[in-house]
Amino acid sequence: MKVLVTVKEVAEADDDFAIEGTDIAASDLEYDLNEWDDYAVEAAVQLAEAGIADEVVTVTVGRERTEETIRMALAKGADRAVRVWDEALDGGFPDVASKVALFEAVVAEEEPDLVLGGVQAADTGFGATGVALAERIGFEHAAVVNDLDVDADAGVAHVHRELEGGVEELTEVDLPAVLTVQTGLNEPRYASLRGIRQAQRKEIAAKDLSDLGLTADDVESALTVTSMYEPESESDAEMIEGDAGESADRLAEVLREKGVSA
Amino acid sequence: MSVLVAAEHRRGALRDVSYEAISAGRELADARGVDLHVAVIGGDVDGFAEDLNRDGVDAIHTVADGEEFDHNAYQAALSQLADRIDAGSVVLPNSVNGLDYAPALAEALGVPIVTDAVGMAYDDGLTVTREMYGSKVETTVDVAGDRFVLTVRGGEWPPAEGVGDATIEAADVDIPESGARVTGFEEVGGGDVDIADAEVLVSVGRGIEEEENIELIEDLADALGATLSASRPIVDNGWLPKNRQVGQSGKVVTPDVYIAVGISGAVQHVAGMKGSDTIVAINTDPNAPIFDIADYGIVGDLFDVVPELIDEFA
Repeated sequence: MKVLVTVKEVAEADDDFAIEGTDIAASDLEYDLNEWDDYAVEAAVQLAEAGIADEVVTVTVGRERTEETIRMALAKGADRAVRVWDEALDGGFPDVASKVALFEAVVAEEEPDLVLGGVQAADTGFGATGVALAERIGFEHAAVVNDLDVDADAGVAHVHRELEGGVEELTEVDLPAVLTVQTGLNEPRYASLRGIRQAQRKEIAAKDLSDLGLTADDVESALTVTSMYEPESESDAEMIEGDAGESADRLAEVLREKGVSA
Repeated sequence: MSVLVAAEHRRGALRDVSYEAISAGRELADARGVDLHVAVIGGDVDGFAEDLNRDGVDAIHTVADGEEFDHNAYQAALSQLADRIDAGSVVLPNSVNGLDYAPALAEALGVPIVTDAVGMAYDDGLTVTREMYGSKVETTVDVAGDRFVLTVRGGEWPPAEGVGDATIEAADVDIPESGARVTGFEEVGGGDVDIADAEVLVSVGRGIEEEENIELIEDLADALGATLSASRPIVDNGWLPKNRQVGQSGKVVTPDVYIAVGISGAVQHVAGMKGSDTIVAINTDPNAPIFDIADYGIVGDLFDVVPELIDEFA
């Protein structure tokens, strides 16, 4: 079977950052592979190693800069990558439907049996693309998967969905399916030196809207970010000052008042 | 037009987020000058409907369909209901199950979705307040058009109260055969210790950096006569077992004293410990959200402070 993994390069804000307009200043952002997607890549690569998947293809919506991040996924064992970008995507805040339109077109070309992606992106935190994609392309789905066992012969994925409060739901999902992957599903590997070398030779196919048979109308977003600000601190904590020794001394006093002792 | 809210239940009981979503839905219904409808799908729908009949609910639609959550049934029932009652706004809990059908529902209805709202305003159109960049910032997002699906974060709206005078009616909807079947549930986090019983918890987070450093926090817990717990990344890394995890997907704890060491205080973690009597936080980042709910805070390096604290109790 073929596995398509949606991979996003996410931005993380530095401890000290400035807001410019409706986003954090570019100089105060660091870029990395989305943590949730790292687990999705690992799950796909493990399926390949187990002989269940024949090919693992990643797909990313992102400008050319993201190729560095895409190479990390290739270095961990994905076979090749598709990168979608178009100047029509520049600037705005894409809504779920416009990302789904792009992935739908890639799914039509790649014809995967299983689509994996992270539960959410660390920066925008929408957590909606995978399940919306499943609806658009007529795949089954399961969200927030933290245990996965694919039975390709039976055409079923046995998954656990991580519910709130320490309860997992056991579900069987017919293939083809889209699964959104929770952190903790597996132990994502570090790329080996050999993997990093091999990744340099792997294909990253860049596609724009016309390559995918789409127009700017297909990716017009219904959402506009109109402001961004730091939430006001609601803290009424007593901040304990001083060097480590002094603050530990004061904290010990507080803890003893609260009845803490070995 | 109307506002449609879907209730959520699990293993025979309505979840609190259902009543919170009703409050959010009522707020929107007031702003748009329309009726508030509530749907409840599966389980003891008649019993649930009585509980959901709170102040401000105009109509309740029941859909009998199995005992447990089935995302296909939720999506099919809600999209048919939304069409029938002309629901311009669909408001759902931003829960694990909510995220398993809300995006598909929005897609089926052909309307935009905004998830994880912490606030909203409606005036000509919807403006949603939500966080970005791991809770470091808040944003306002405008939604084009007058139809949408919105999911609301737990704990941000008060639960709806009182007794309403809603009409309660069994809805006639077609539920297709589902390609995803729930076969059971599993409780996780059993084992040697129940952190929910502890009076004092020392909780370790990502700031500990390496597995071998966990020992330092174990030493602190020993010195304080406390029980060791952790935030999610520590458990994801396999450094401590799942039964030690505090948070939305782990245990909810309410000890006398909770000491958060190297924990930034993501919303999912805070949901699991904000009921603690006294909260102490040690973190290098003065802007870490954990300080918002702490009673005592130390901005400093845990590797400097914790050994000193162990000495104090040695």
